[in-house]
Amino acid sequence: MMILQVQDVTKRFGGLQALTDVTFDLPAGQILGLIGPNGAGKTTLFNVINGVYAPNKGQIIFRGDDITGMPSYEVARRGMARAHQVVRPLHDLTVRENVMVGACFGREGHSLASAVQKADAALAQVGLSGRADQPSGLLNVAQKKRLELARALAARPYLLLLDEVLAGLNPTEITEMVDTILKIRDEGITILMIEHVMQAVMSISDRIIVLDYGQLIATGKPEEVAANPQVIEAYLGDPEMTARLMAE
Amino acid sequence: MKFWRQPGFWLPLALVFLWGGIVLVLKQDTIRETTFTVMMFMALASSLNILLGYTGYVSFGHIVFFGLGGYTGFFLISEMGWPLYPAALAGGALSGVIALLVGLAVLRLRGAYFALATIGINEAARAFVSNFGPFGGATGLFVNFSAYEKYGGAGQALWTTFTFLWITTLVVLLVSYLVKHSRFGLGLQAIREDEDAAMVMGVQAPRAKTITYVISAFFPGIIGTLYFFKNGNVEPGDAFQLHMSIEMLVMVMLGGMGTVLGPMVGATAYQGLRGYLLTSPIFKDLHLAVAGLILLLIILFVPAGAVGWVRGRLPALRRVLE
Repeated sequence: MMILQVQDVTKRFGGLQALTDVTFDLPAGQILGLIGPNGAGKTTLFNVINGVYAPNKGQIIFRGDDITGMPSYEVARRGMARAHQVVRPLHDLTVRENVMVGACFGREGHSLASAVQKADAALAQVGLSGRADQPSGLLNVAQKKRLELARALAARPYLLLLDEVLAGLNPTEITEMVDTILKIRDEGITILMIEHVMQAVMSISDRIIVLDYGQLIATGKPEEVAANPQVIEAYLGDPEMTARLMAE
Repeated sequence: MKFWRQPGFWLPLALVFLWGGIVLVLKQDTIRETTFTVMMFMALASSLNILLGYTGYVSFGHIVFFGLGGYTGFFLISEMGWPLYPAALAGGALSGVIALLVGLAVLRLRGAYFALATIGINEAARAFVSNFGPFGGATGLFVNFSAYEKYGGAGQALWTTFTFLWITTLVVLLVSYLVKHSRFGLGLQAIREDEDAAMVMGVQAPRAKTITYVISAFFPGIIGTLYFFKNGNVEPGDAFQLHMSIEMLVMVMLGGMGTVLGPMVGATAYQGLRGYLLTSPIFKDLHLAVAGLILLLIILFVPAGAVGWVRGRLPALRRVLE
């Protein structure tokens, strides 16, 4: 079953063509990696998928329903959660209260009392249980990334959008986070992730799609994508030059 | 986490309950008048805080709801012969309806744009009422003295009005606490910290903000009716005073925005200071300048306000000082 179908999505900001006819499908239970150079339109694509922006053209089908143009809170309630690239904890609230927002307003729409339990479960899942009562402003970067993930998980989503959750982490923290992401996948949550840490995204993705200047230039298994000349060109420039450099 | 077991729930209610109770027992007119003013600003500042403190939307022209609600309630009493209680509730309801209609338009704006729009609404309301025949135009309305007869004469009517204000203040504080500690309030606080992120987490921000705006407009409408009924007349210059809006903001900031106790503390402290400044020979014409200076200093040095500052320093008191 396809959990997400993106069809001919085009998004313009004034004269800037951010996305051009992007089309791909995401089968349930997989991890799909979304890569591309800076400015390729990856975060814009996330924003169009979860309703922050409406596309100028094209359709987003989520679990069989057309969600194109729906506001982001409606998309969230239908079971799509997102962890942001720039972490945005609610500073004045404790870590637990932050995660409760996800549980209260996500797919299952919990009351405050039951949201406490869901929040604690999500915090345990990402390894932040010990910090539940701290103000969220006191967390370090790696912990804030985990908090962002816990908030998304507490919503009990069908599909999780991860926007560079590995960026800014050290190698040990990356290994831990990759384990956490794989466990989330094993629980049956489908994942679409933007990532710049190539080694990690290549190793955990079932499939990869590549955006460049707002267009999908490649799609396939990680090893296929890595060998694709267009992808290499997008990242490194001239492929022949790259091949020469690699040979040297 | 039953709220009625929390000391933070009882503290503001107990303080206001005792204060009003003592005034009713003492039965002295001067104490009643002073308390009326302080409690009125407590309730106004707390109403504003429900919007400002919990959602982070700065309403600069919030006094418009005091003015419009007050005018409506006063009109119903003096021209239609309504009793005080239903007239005050109708004043509140009208303010709520106006907030609903206005909110649908201006709550799309954020930050400074929203604040500017609310000032515009206040000035527009003043201009409208000044030219609106049934509300007496620029000269306003006067209450017929016989209206006080129903309450046992003018003297007794003042006590009735005070009692109504006292109960209204308790209700505002109760609502403020319940909003803050509800699922709805958690959504509002998420909006305050980051509205876009809140929506991505599923918070229906447009609806939540509109409901909050209506709640925070409803109580000023009631309080306006009580205030003008007590004064015996209402005119545009008294009903839509922009400086009262700014004083409300100063009180909320001084006590601590986003706390239940803060607006109470801020209103009491500010009224105390204002009383001193108005009677002092040096400052008597400068009290608004001093208010502006206080606002500036708070925003620069103690943005959390008095209650917020204590909460930050003494985490043990967090459950008491909500």
